[in-house]
Amino acid sequence: MHRIQNTKAARSLLIDLIVYPENAICLKPLEWDFLLRMARSSRLLGRLGKQLESQGFYSSLPEKVNDYLAGAQALVERQQRMAHWEINRLQRSLSEFDIDIIVLKGCGYLISEIPVSVGRSFSDVDIMVSKRYIEDVENHLIEKGWRSDKLDEYDQRYYRDWMHEVPPLRHRDRSMEVDLHHTILPLTCKLKPNANFLFQQAIDVRGCQFKVLAADDMVLHSATHLFYGSELNGDLRDLVDLNDLFNYFSTTNESFWLALNNRAVELELQRPLFYALRYCRKLLGTSIPDFVFENIKTGTPAGWIIWIMDLLVPAAILPEHPDFPSRLTAIARWLLYVRSHYLRMPLYLLIPHFFRKSIKRQKLIPAMVKFNKDTTAN
Amino acid sequence: MKFSSLGNNQVFQELSSSKGVLIKTGPFNVSVRSDSAEFGNLLAWFYRDFPLLTKDNIFDYHISLSRTRGIRRYWRTQICFRLDNRDLFEPFPSRYGLPLFEWGMNWCIATQAHRYLLLHASVVERNGLAIILPAFPGSGKSTLCAALIHRGWRLFSDEFGIVRPENGMVIPLPRPIPLKNESIDVIRKFAPNVEIGPLFPKTRKGTVAHLRVPTSSVEGMYVEALPRWVIFPRYQSSAKVDIVPIPKSYALLKLATNSFNYGVLGKKGFILVGNIIRSCDCYDFTYGNLDDAVNRLNDLAMGCHA
Repeated sequence: MHRIQNTKAARSLLIDLIVYPENAICLKPLEWDFLLRMARSSRLLGRLGKQLESQGFYSSLPEKVNDYLAGAQALVERQQRMAHWEINRLQRSLSEFDIDIIVLKGCGYLISEIPVSVGRSFSDVDIMVSKRYIEDVENHLIEKGWRSDKLDEYDQRYYRDWMHEVPPLRHRDRSMEVDLHHTILPLTCKLKPNANFLFQQAIDVRGCQFKVLAADDMVLHSATHLFYGSELNGDLRDLVDLNDLFNYFSTTNESFWLALNNRAVELELQRPLFYALRYCRKLLGTSIPDFVFENIKTGTPAGWIIWIMDLLVPAAILPEHPDFPSRLTAIARWLLYVRSHYLRMPLYLLIPHFFRKSIKRQKLIPAMVKFNKDTTAN
Repeated sequence: MKFSSLGNNQVFQELSSSKGVLIKTGPFNVSVRSDSAEFGNLLAWFYRDFPLLTKDNIFDYHISLSRTRGIRRYWRTQICFRLDNRDLFEPFPSRYGLPLFEWGMNWCIATQAHRYLLLHASVVERNGLAIILPAFPGSGKSTLCAALIHRGWRLFSDEFGIVRPENGMVIPLPRPIPLKNESIDVIRKFAPNVEIGPLFPKTRKGTVAHLRVPTSSVEGMYVEALPRWVIFPRYQSSAKVDIVPIPKSYALLKLATNSFNYGVLGKKGFILVGNIIRSCDCYDFTYGNLDDAVNRLNDLAMGCHA
């Protein structure tokens, strides 16, 4: 039997599994062996497990597959517990603030209990408050035991002075990171969606004093975060989120697509929406009506840009075959890494920032065993 | 097919191939790749009784022990541990491939095998019943474990008490036992037929050497057992052997807080540890002499029928 030894073929199988989980029963052990690892590195094992469970396939899968899925499920459940608890503690601490506080991204899906949160892990809690309250909220949280995570002076300046953001917070007793925002993109970014519009349309969540973004804003935020706020480095999970959001909202709301179009124009986020629509359709086969693309023609980039992005995005966003890494992927990821910083930072900040990052050592787990100087001689 | 069926050349060939040597160790399927002949020889020696798997299997860990590139390939040579081609730890001197492999595997299991409850404990078995010996600093559990398995007990594991959530059975994971400093000589005297690998001096734990798993324990790796005793060992030089029952509430807390993934499993972890404590006799166990300790535990086991 021909073994899949390259990234391209492996990716094709992975996407097939994501989009058609019922095909799992046809997979052979050799194929599962790399697919499970690719799904894990893309943080999609939890979602895959839940899908297979809901479609009744669990019992017909090889035992090792169940082992992988059970392990992933335990971690997802733990992350969700921690996220819920962190949100609970944040509500308790911020109860005296009579202001709108919006929970963004993953935790927003979690508290509004939409299907995209099923099987999804959460590494941090993102909350957004209006700019005029942000200093008070940050100081209040620090009073209540949260600490600024990045203590390095350079990192503090990076966040506060250049990006106009609050460095991540972490409560002294817990490990969950809390990111406090006042808008959805750094102020230095070319795209400047008006945060007030987001607050105006934010919706209440039953049993929670915090709010979440409206459906179209949720999608636009996710698209913007992926294509303007991140490095696209193996972020397949975020593209799958978008696919799930598109599917969910379009089936529960007839006028979703039109509202999404109009909102993208209003917030001037047509470009990230274009990329989200294009790559969801191209890579995941998401069902999107043609008129949605038509209506954001003003945001569509030039042909040569699309051509380059078509080359780079799939190469960077999809995971590699774990045993056969791809040089092309490494190049695409580096280029998009540069792009992500270029979109967020002006050149006069970007160049010294890159210089500094390149001399900072890659963080590894400290040696489990320390050696005296003499040991290194053989 | 066992590892020992591979000739020396074959071992190195398999290790250098894209799939690696495929070993079954307890419930885990491991793929090991390496370009170090020195590491390959030690791996083959320690794991010679272990079964090899074919490519048509799903593997839990894809590990490589690779000599580092650049100048370190030729001067003060080093070796590094990779999981799925990712560097996780700082490299070790190239001679220390085997301890790096063992410690790296421990890390992989502890951080990923959440399909099971993972206690930080030695586990040994006799007549179908298992003793869980939780690991606390100063317990001497590895030395005690090494002694027990040369006096009629089967090795389940020196490091991991792996519990199957569905039925509470403990699962064997026989792997080389790391002995430290004085323990190495103590065990050599205790069991002269013991097989111990090379010494690795000046590690953070001092000098470390590994004990080869007795063949019978390797062959028994498919046979699980119910835990019958939870015994918290404490080595105290010159102390008389003393075994004291402890309250179950206290035992539960001690066992739970000494688990790798109790927190990850949440409520399920609490229930599982509770079940173990409820169904086991729990003791504090002090000893200063290995022979006395082993005899006392043998008596405990004989006084009980499965």
